Amino acid sequence: MTTLNERIKPIVMPKWGLSMSEGKVTGWLKQPGATVNLGDDLLEVETDKITNVVEAGEAGVLRRVLGEPGTVYPVKALIAVLAEPDVPDSDIDAFIAGYAVPAADGGEDGADAGPRYAFAETAAGTIRYARRGDGATTVLLVHGFGGDLDNWLFTIDALAEGATVYALDLPGHGQSAKALPDPTLTGLSKAVRDFMDVVGIGTAHLVGHSMGGAVSMRTALDAPERVASLSLICSAGLGREINQGYIAGFIDATSRRDLKPVLETLFADTGLVSRQMADDLLKYKRLDGVDSALRAIASSMFGNGEQTVILGEAVGAATVPTLVVWGAEDRVIPAAHATALGSAARVEVVPNAGHMVQMEAAGTVNALLKDHVTKNA
Amino acid sequence: MSRKISMKTAINEALDLEMRRDPTVILMGEDIVGGTGAPGEDDAWGGVLGVTKGLFAKHGDRLLDTPLSESAYIGAAIGAAACGMRPVAELMFMDFMGVCFDQIFNQAAKFRYMFGGKAETPVVIRGMVGAGFRAAAQHSQMLTPLFTHIPGLKVVCPSNAYDAKGLLIQSIRDNDPVIFCEHKNLYGHETEVPAESYAIPFGEANVLRDGDHVTIVSYGLTVHRAMEAADALARDKVEAEVIDLRTLSPIDWDTIIDSVERTGRLVVVDEAHPRCNLATDISAFVAQNAFGALKAGIQMVTPPHTPVPFSPSLEDLYIPSAEAVAAAVRRTMAPSPRSTLAA
Amino acid sequence: MTDNPYPLDKADLLQAYRTMRTIREFEERLHIDFAKGDIPGFVHLYAGEEACATGIMMHLNDNDRIASTHRGHGHCIAKGVDVHEMMAEIYGRSTGACRGKGGSMHIADLSKGMMGANGILGAGAPLICGAALAAKFRGDGGVGITFVGDGASNQGTFLESMNLAAVWNLPVVFVVENNGYAESTAMEWAVSCDSYIDRATGFGLPGVTVDGTDFFAVHEAAGEIIRRAREGGGPALLECNMVRFYGHFEGDAQTYRAKGEVESLRANRDCIKLLAQRLTETGIVAPAELETIDREVNALIEDAVRCAKAAPLPVAADLLKDVYVAY
Repeated sequence: MTTLNERIKPIVMPKWGLSMSEGKVTGWLKQPGATVNLGDDLLEVETDKITNVVEAGEAGVLRRVLGEPGTVYPVKALIAVLAEPDVPDSDIDAFIAGYAVPAADGGEDGADAGPRYAFAETAAGTIRYARRGDGATTVLLVHGFGGDLDNWLFTIDALAEGATVYALDLPGHGQSAKALPDPTLTGLSKAVRDFMDVVGIGTAHLVGHSMGGAVSMRTALDAPERVASLSLICSAGLGREINQGYIAGFIDATSRRDLKPVLETLFADTGLVSRQMADDLLKYKRLDGVDSALRAIASSMFGNGEQTVILGEAVGAATVPTLVVWGAEDRVIPAAHATALGSAARVEVVPNAGHMVQMEAAGTVNALLKDHVTKNA
Repeated sequence: MSRKISMKTAINEALDLEMRRDPTVILMGEDIVGGTGAPGEDDAWGGVLGVTKGLFAKHGDRLLDTPLSESAYIGAAIGAAACGMRPVAELMFMDFMGVCFDQIFNQAAKFRYMFGGKAETPVVIRGMVGAGFRAAAQHSQMLTPLFTHIPGLKVVCPSNAYDAKGLLIQSIRDNDPVIFCEHKNLYGHETEVPAESYAIPFGEANVLRDGDHVTIVSYGLTVHRAMEAADALARDKVEAEVIDLRTLSPIDWDTIIDSVERTGRLVVVDEAHPRCNLATDISAFVAQNAFGALKAGIQMVTPPHTPVPFSPSLEDLYIPSAEAVAAAVRRTMAPSPRSTLAA
Repeated sequence: MTDNPYPLDKADLLQAYRTMRTIREFEERLHIDFAKGDIPGFVHLYAGEEACATGIMMHLNDNDRIASTHRGHGHCIAKGVDVHEMMAEIYGRSTGACRGKGGSMHIADLSKGMMGANGILGAGAPLICGAALAAKFRGDGGVGITFVGDGASNQGTFLESMNLAAVWNLPVVFVVENNGYAESTAMEWAVSCDSYIDRATGFGLPGVTVDGTDFFAVHEAAGEIIRRAREGGGPALLECNMVRFYGHFEGDAQTYRAKGEVESLRANRDCIKLLAQRLTETGIVAPAELETIDREVNALIEDAVRCAKAAPLPVAADLLKDVYVAY
């Protein structure tokens, strides 16, 4: 029985982030009987925050599809079964019959209960962060303008398979302190190093998205000994152009009606922007201090309709191993900036993805990040 | 940081945060401290249902218990507001408005217009509204339409703790007089609420549920009835869009019209007395501005045109139920008499 | 030069006379122009009562607040509201104190501490408690004065406010302008007690009654209770017995008054005549000095009327303006 069970691989409703308790199967991208390879797109799941593709974590034949399109299932509910063709149907039926959905919430110590948030008191104020995995190498994920650590919803667990992964909310963002002692790139980079000091990170592989990419580059230039490698995703700081309409629209929007079209700029597939995503961002934007923090950062970094701090040349000249990833359909910062570092970086432009490429093409980006971190460990 | 707290706690927190932020914020009302001048404990009550409990310990004399004298202290709150303070006056039960309404609708609401734009009256009048408390006819009314009728007043009625905190903070920061209606049967209702300060802008309805078949508009307690009805309807593959108005003046006409233009069907649920209430107001507005989009007659779900009764057996009949909302939706889904006639 | 027996220097005495004359001239002019049909709506004139507003307001500064009544022109002028803006307001012009949106019954100038004439009788009393509370929180020594007539003295708001002011120990003075008539109804009939001092006592407030046609009596009594309130001594009531030269509103035939009553009052109890007499009798002020003031006041009112008539009316866009600070 045990041996058979190991050859039967359950596909369950994934848990994306702390707050996800259920998800709706919106459609299957593989039909029953199909051969599935590692990383293949299996199905689409819609949560209250986002719709995304569930990729195959293992290979096999899709023997059973249990998740009905349009139906909501709790996290960890069995929605399909993978197995090799020689596993008898009866074993699979027995497996399904005997499958018990684990408790929806793994509790405080549930190892796979999603990112657990913690708060660090730093020189830059209170910083919220998540910590996952316990590998020898350390990865630090730095979100972009107006974002927070949940931008790494589909990234953090994948990277944590082989590393200790931290994701933080920059000052003025998420649930970190909203007061910004220094709204410049230097100030934010300093905050990242303050955070590393407090949680005891000596050296880390920095993964930065958008403005977080510029923050990561600044950190690599100012404190090269603390940065093992750089992964820059749709990064700021590599060219002048930036969609000022997006920045201004994001800051000015006070209603869902105003904000939703702005958020759609972030994705190649605008259908990914859910009502909940807009609501969550509005809840963040309404917090006292957020509006002035965002305005201060924007005027410091994106004043006069363009990026004011360009670090490409300096980073290109430095020796830090760098990966550049871009969504080909990025409408916030043009994908043309991907080549700014020339041959000093590995460059990957992902098709059919926009500015939030780490969410829209999570599997591809995760593989690139893992590869980059592993090679430079 | 977010945690689950009740609407009562959220209101208390909003008052506390704003009093910390702005020294001109003061609170007054009957028993909001409780026990003033009495031989027992200070801060004995913290409001008749304990909403302001603990604030006296933090803010001392900035909380003023009042004599049972609504005209005098509501007027005093308005006068103080016209002189640079930001008073939050608690009217205990909104039904008591009857004894002090002049100060609100002839004074606070009129100053700015009547004085040619030279006055600001940033006063908040908080009070409990709503039935279901077995409190009978003089302690259970909504009265919200009375306030929306008056130009110069803003009218807020939250349905949950998150909104209550953000809307109350906005009410206190707002420079116009605000009537803040707290449904007494929602005080215990809990939602995720950030510990930080935040303000929810007025005139932004909240779409609680997306749906393409029918639009249900409500506010306050009946939002929850509407959501229950929507869940029940979803089992029959009827997808209702549920709009929580949050503020009744200003009101978010755009969200209502956008939704009705998409769904073609409208059900308005209002716990206030049925004549000239929010249901009639919204129905008339939609009929005038989106008639062409309507696929069925607009349905209003309200209590009957009676005072709120006391006996639980009667009061339960009085309050609009989820079943009544669902039934109203089904009426909009039925083939219309017009098309039957045409056939 | 004769010794001045009064507690005010000559400049203040002349200012008091000028204020009272300005109120009188303002009201007499309205009486004439209203009859001509030049003025929309209705007006309630303060003529005959000038000593009360003037005697009280001379103790106040812009930091002190007053809440007035429907018969508010005198309070406005004595509190320093611009006469041109008042006249323009009464004429419904966009240059008015309230840009033509308030009219006679709602003239206000918060920058002068004038919280508005009020069309709702007794409504000013709670408001002034709030003004006084704000002054107390600010600790700026400000006081609040609310005016009611003998009619509105029966309003619950007025009585409740006396209690509230006493309980909260607010710097408020409740002034009863007792001119004997609530519109057409006699005070003797409509007020259940014999003296307003009894009403004050009932709420634990000190009360004083003075002859409201005697500027010096009002000035002295008001000075004492305002000082007391300013120093934290709490609220008090001041009753001024005074006379109304015109009807409740313009157009009131006053058939409810005794024959010859108004003529007798004008002859014997005109507070301005009485003040002029006392100023000139003592030789502190020469009659010519008062005549000069009379001419200047006439010119001022004439100019105010001319400007008001020439001023633009509010335009359609003003209809929708200033309902809210933001909506």
